[in-house]
Amino acid sequence: MKIIPASDSSLLVVFGKEISPALHERVIALFRALQAWNDPRLRNLHPGYASLLIDFDPLQLTHDELSSVVQQMAPAGDFVDDGRANVITIPVCYEVEFGPDLADVAQHAGLSSEEVVRLHSSPTYLVYFLGFTPGFVYLGGLPDILHMPRLATPRPSIAGGSVGIAGRQTGIYPFDSPGGWRLIGRTPLRMFDPEAKSPTRLQPGDRIKFSAIDRTSFEEMRRRGEAWLL
Amino acid sequence: MTIRIAKPGLFTTVQDLGRYGYAHLGVSPAGAADVLSFRIANLLVGNAENVPALEMTLLGATLQFEKSAIVALTGARCECKMGAAQAPFNLAFDVAAGSVLQCGSIRNGARCYLSVQGGFDIPMIMGSASTFAAGHFGGLKGRSLQSGDVLQVRQPSASHVRTLRPGILDSLSASGKLRVTKGAQQEWFGPEAFAKLFSGVYVVSEHSDRSGLRLNGEAVRPRKTSELLTDGIPLGAIQVPQDGQPIILFVDQRTTGGYPKIANVIAADMHRVGQLRPRDEVEFVEVSIPEAVQLLRGQEQWLREIFQ
Repeated sequence: MKIIPASDSSLLVVFGKEISPALHERVIALFRALQAWNDPRLRNLHPGYASLLIDFDPLQLTHDELSSVVQQMAPAGDFVDDGRANVITIPVCYEVEFGPDLADVAQHAGLSSEEVVRLHSSPTYLVYFLGFTPGFVYLGGLPDILHMPRLATPRPSIAGGSVGIAGRQTGIYPFDSPGGWRLIGRTPLRMFDPEAKSPTRLQPGDRIKFSAIDRTSFEEMRRRGEAWLL
Repeated sequence: MTIRIAKPGLFTTVQDLGRYGYAHLGVSPAGAADVLSFRIANLLVGNAENVPALEMTLLGATLQFEKSAIVALTGARCECKMGAAQAPFNLAFDVAAGSVLQCGSIRNGARCYLSVQGGFDIPMIMGSASTFAAGHFGGLKGRSLQSGDVLQVRQPSASHVRTLRPGILDSLSASGKLRVTKGAQQEWFGPEAFAKLFSGVYVVSEHSDRSGLRLNGEAVRPRKTSELLTDGIPLGAIQVPQDGQPIILFVDQRTTGGYPKIANVIAADMHRVGQLRPRDEVEFVEVSIPEAVQLLRGQEQWLREIFQ
């Protein structure tokens, strides 16, 4: 573990240089320990793949003081999993209207569209962190065969809930935005609601599975409106 | 009491001191770009520092007051008129019921702040009234103001205004090098990259906004070519993409990113970043972290002493 001053108001705690669930477990353990500490001198916590950025008020807390708090919270670098490893299911409709790039992904992988859907909806994915836009999850666990470069030209507008692939990543667009990911489906669930008590459906460290649903279920979930509650 | 927006200006938003505690959900702090001018605007009219006020960018708004109010304008100078009369700057003043305050071009900086005694009545989203336009939430309907918008003003709890010591803000507008500390990925860059960063003159690009200021000038290239694992971005980080042209990440920045960060603007100079206009020239000078914290402490002390 390396503790680096990133600015006059922040420390970056680096656990390693790879994307791995083991390193990430240490990021999340420190993240949760600092959340539980709940000290008003801390302003923001930014988990990454293998690091945690801590933004704080430098007039009330020094880099050295915070550094020793972090070292005390991470004595040997081993953390106990607090059992919050429940798996959240995200229903996805993989029909062509929602997944205009599904056929291209299948062709690139040398598979049928059905096989792509089966492969995409079988692993348990790890939510490494949220970033880029509010509620956007960086997931680990996409099968190698589904890796595919992003679109050369991004689309000007992508509907919120769209599920896509870019490089080694798969993810969900939390709201309407431009973007260059290959779209393979859409979830009826709302991923981000700024006015909800807990504004995002997923948190860093969560585990998720995609489950394939048909168009009727997609419409039903949207109609019931429950999909929109966070 | 209400204020109606007759003309919105170029990009006018409701801001406060920002939204903290949600970066792990991908939520940027947003908040006033020039925090110091924002705080002074509120203090002048007798508000608490964090009360919602308006941030006007490059071209000010035209506002119609339903009832009388006490307002203040701070930040970059703006040609503001009430009828034929020039509105005061850096000074609380009365606006009569029914009158129109017309703010024109903003000069010698990018942003002008308008506070009103009592403050704008804006719902709190994740603990802040700040507009985060890229995320479509906060402020008024998650967007910049439009013609016809109506803002509610809260009833002031007490009516006392403050006056600045004469000439006390002159030092604020002083130009000079932006002070930075070395960044989290400083070892990615060799001495020649730092020499360029600290000797070059950079020009603020037109493609700059509240999420970041793109600079054009001497390219600073990392000596490593490997990719950085995406990590958290501190406010004011100077990141360097492949083309070597630095970007200062600002209040609406993304919370994580994959480019190496060579340096970071110190907290005490972030208000100056908020006043940079496209085509302005920027130079950087290095300070240590203890110096940067001392400068911030000095600025807080200064803020307590600027009023008569």
